[in-house]
Amino acid sequence: MSTIIETRALTREFRVRDGVRRRRVRAVIDLDLRVEAGEAVGYIGANGAGKSTTIKMLTGILVPTSGSARTCGREPVRERRQLAREIGVVFGQRSQLWWDLPVRDSFRLLAAIHGLAADRAKSRSAELVERLEIGEFLTTPVRQLSLGQRMRAELAAALLHSPRLVILDEPTIGLDVLSKQRLREFLIAERREQGTTLMLTTHDMGDVERLCDRILVVDHGKLAYDGTLAGLSRTVGAQRVLVVDLDRPTPDLVGIRNTRHLSSEGDGLRQELAFDSEATTAAQVLAAVTAQAGVVDLAIREPDIEDVVRRIYAASRTGQ
Amino acid sequence: MAETLAGSHGWRTDLAAYRAVLGSRMKAQRSYRVSFAVDLASSLLVGVVELAEVWVLFRAVDRIGGLDLAQILLVFGLADLCFSLADLSFGHCDRMPSYVRTGTLDVLYLRPQPLLLQLITSDISLRRLARAVVGLTALVAGLVLTDVPWSAGAVLLLGVALVSGYVIFASSFVSAAGLQFFVINGAEMTNAYVYGGRYAASQPASVWGRPLKVVFGFFFPMAFTAYLPVVTLLGLPGSEWLPPWLGWCAPVAAVWSVLFAGLCWRAGVRHYQGGGG
Amino acid sequence: MRRLLIAHLLLVAAGFREQSRYRLAALGGLVANATFGLLKVAILFATVEAAGGELAGYDAATMSAYIWISQGMLGSVNLMGRVDIAERIRTGDVTVDFLRPLDVHTAMIAHELGRSLFSLLPRGVPSVLIGALLVGMATPDSPAAYALGAVSLLLAMVLSAATVYLVAAAGFWIVETRGVQLLYMVVAGFLAGLFVPLWLFPGWLQGIALATPFPAMLMFPTDILSGRTTGLDAVELVGAQLLWLTAVIAVGQLMTRRGRRHLEVQGG
Repeated sequence: MSTIIETRALTREFRVRDGVRRRRVRAVIDLDLRVEAGEAVGYIGANGAGKSTTIKMLTGILVPTSGSARTCGREPVRERRQLAREIGVVFGQRSQLWWDLPVRDSFRLLAAIHGLAADRAKSRSAELVERLEIGEFLTTPVRQLSLGQRMRAELAAALLHSPRLVILDEPTIGLDVLSKQRLREFLIAERREQGTTLMLTTHDMGDVERLCDRILVVDHGKLAYDGTLAGLSRTVGAQRVLVVDLDRPTPDLVGIRNTRHLSSEGDGLRQELAFDSEATTAAQVLAAVTAQAGVVDLAIREPDIEDVVRRIYAASRTGQ
Repeated sequence: MAETLAGSHGWRTDLAAYRAVLGSRMKAQRSYRVSFAVDLASSLLVGVVELAEVWVLFRAVDRIGGLDLAQILLVFGLADLCFSLADLSFGHCDRMPSYVRTGTLDVLYLRPQPLLLQLITSDISLRRLARAVVGLTALVAGLVLTDVPWSAGAVLLLGVALVSGYVIFASSFVSAAGLQFFVINGAEMTNAYVYGGRYAASQPASVWGRPLKVVFGFFFPMAFTAYLPVVTLLGLPGSEWLPPWLGWCAPVAAVWSVLFAGLCWRAGVRHYQGGGG
Repeated sequence: MRRLLIAHLLLVAAGFREQSRYRLAALGGLVANATFGLLKVAILFATVEAAGGELAGYDAATMSAYIWISQGMLGSVNLMGRVDIAERIRTGDVTVDFLRPLDVHTAMIAHELGRSLFSLLPRGVPSVLIGALLVGMATPDSPAAYALGAVSLLLAMVLSAATVYLVAAAGFWIVETRGVQLLYMVVAGFLAGLFVPLWLFPGWLQGIALATPFPAMLMFPTDILSGRTTGLDAVELVGAQLLWLTAVIAVGQLMTRRGRRHLEVQGG
């Protein structure tokens, strides 16, 4: 069974009380999706775009209003219990761990819940503890952990039973740069070694760039884009921007390879260059700029998810 | 490609899971020793106070509703013992609305056990044992002080009443949890029949008018947990709509309670998941 | 002085408004109220009947009044022992409140009084209506009695807030105030005469209850408003309430001052 996620015309409506009347809100509309084993999919969209609702339908928490979903070849609502053995989910906001118990106890409980054989549980647990560097706080109660530590523990908890599919709902939100990096490296290694399929909802373009080879953009419940990151950048034209402060007024820095000059301020003292992160890096662009002028200070502006989504939606609406 | 496990699935692993979770909860409760002692003491005090409320009434007059003090002790003991034991194992189900609000309930969906069983086995309130002791004491005192026509049938009836009472009270906790899917802040409404029911269970149902008999006699069959079995046991006369042999029907009331609880739970879950329109 | 008074009145209004937001809980509370009330009517009427129609100064009508008035007061009189300020005191956050020009102690009482006053609307009025219309109950027989009853009710609400404050104030010194609060919750209702009228207690138990402020929170105003206690006896009850209020507030002031000093020494 190599198709891990398959949805057909998946739709979910809610009845929301709006003052006195009842409105019908369509959270997910006609979603057609197919994810094969081993893929890493980034699922991005603005808040309220329908990401969490989709995940809930894929995991059997919500019943679709119409259409169908199959996860790991199973019908999520009807076969929830069997499905639970094959998927692992990390919710950014909710914890799967027992709040007042040491991390180690949570792992033991989860091993019992998933019916893992004692030796396998121990070896798997040890492996995860080592690779996520949980050893230092293994005996600390979960409520005393920092956010970064807790997310690592949650990830280990979700992977304890070696699921075929791992769904992460905003896993790096609120984490510092180092923690994000560690988490991403771990996920990449896990995919490579175990062939785990990854589905990641996020607001963080960094997550998307470093972890995913396929992007889904959802806007107001509809799938607005399904393809590679390169394609996305190209489609949308949303690029990273290098902002440089120069030591003296300089003419516009046009003509640097793989960049587009956006603007100049103060007679060329401050200039903005958009660059294609597929074709070049910020460091290379900076090097090219310093070859032409003295750089006093610099900053990098990342493409805003909302901005990307808006452009995607606008593009799809005008049928480009 | 990772294998998932080298053990078996099925009810045995589920049972091991429940035992593991309950064991860790019990350990956690006992480890906060001072706090646990305080809880035990206050639980005991609650039982004593509830007994005192009954005692004060029944020493002011000779008989109320056809029962004297010794007999009401028996009713109270039976009802309170069953309630305490049910509260011990099911009482935490009233946390369900807060799980829904925080989203913690969704976590239960990701585990390979049935939702309700996970909720029930997620905790155990050991401190209720102290209150159960009060109920047990009253029960024993009642048995000693009243004229029980001891026989195999009497023992059987008592056993049946104990089990049925436990099931009826436990079901009320579960149905309350299910109904609260529909009314998230409506804990007080379900409290009306869960804790109101406990209060009703230690009363002589013969003093109730018809509406109360319908509500707490048959719909939420609290009268079957203690009063009716005691009437049957002691050979006391019946009252309107409550014949003296009705105590033997406690298991029927228990079955009805379970069905009702199951219905409420399933309806609540279906509402939460949005299935069925 | 006048400004302080106005500040406290504003606090009362704020408490009133805050409580008005809990609407669904109010409906559920009404259902619970009616349920317990009807069950009490059944058992207590049977008790009065078994005593020949009169028991410790109660007949069926005054017993009914006792039940519905006390049930109606449940939202306005704090028998749980739990109050928001307890957490602030326990964690030391209350040091911020000490910096304000209002007395933390009296401010809390004013705020709680506001909430209690509001609760009379969704809880008190319907309970009395159910009692009057569905079951029938006694009522005071003169305008003076109503007036005295209202005063007694007000005193009861203030006393209840002041007494709960003492539980909260224990948090200046004790870390685990849960024990005190649990104890309060267990005995308060019983000694206040919530489930069984105080006057049915055996003498020694009555003595114990009357040595606490709890009867003054519930039993006394209920007796006046039900018409069971009239004339000079009723005035005596109100007098007792005033005495308790004075005592409890004095202790509260003392605990607050000492507690504040304790926090400052500790470093908050």
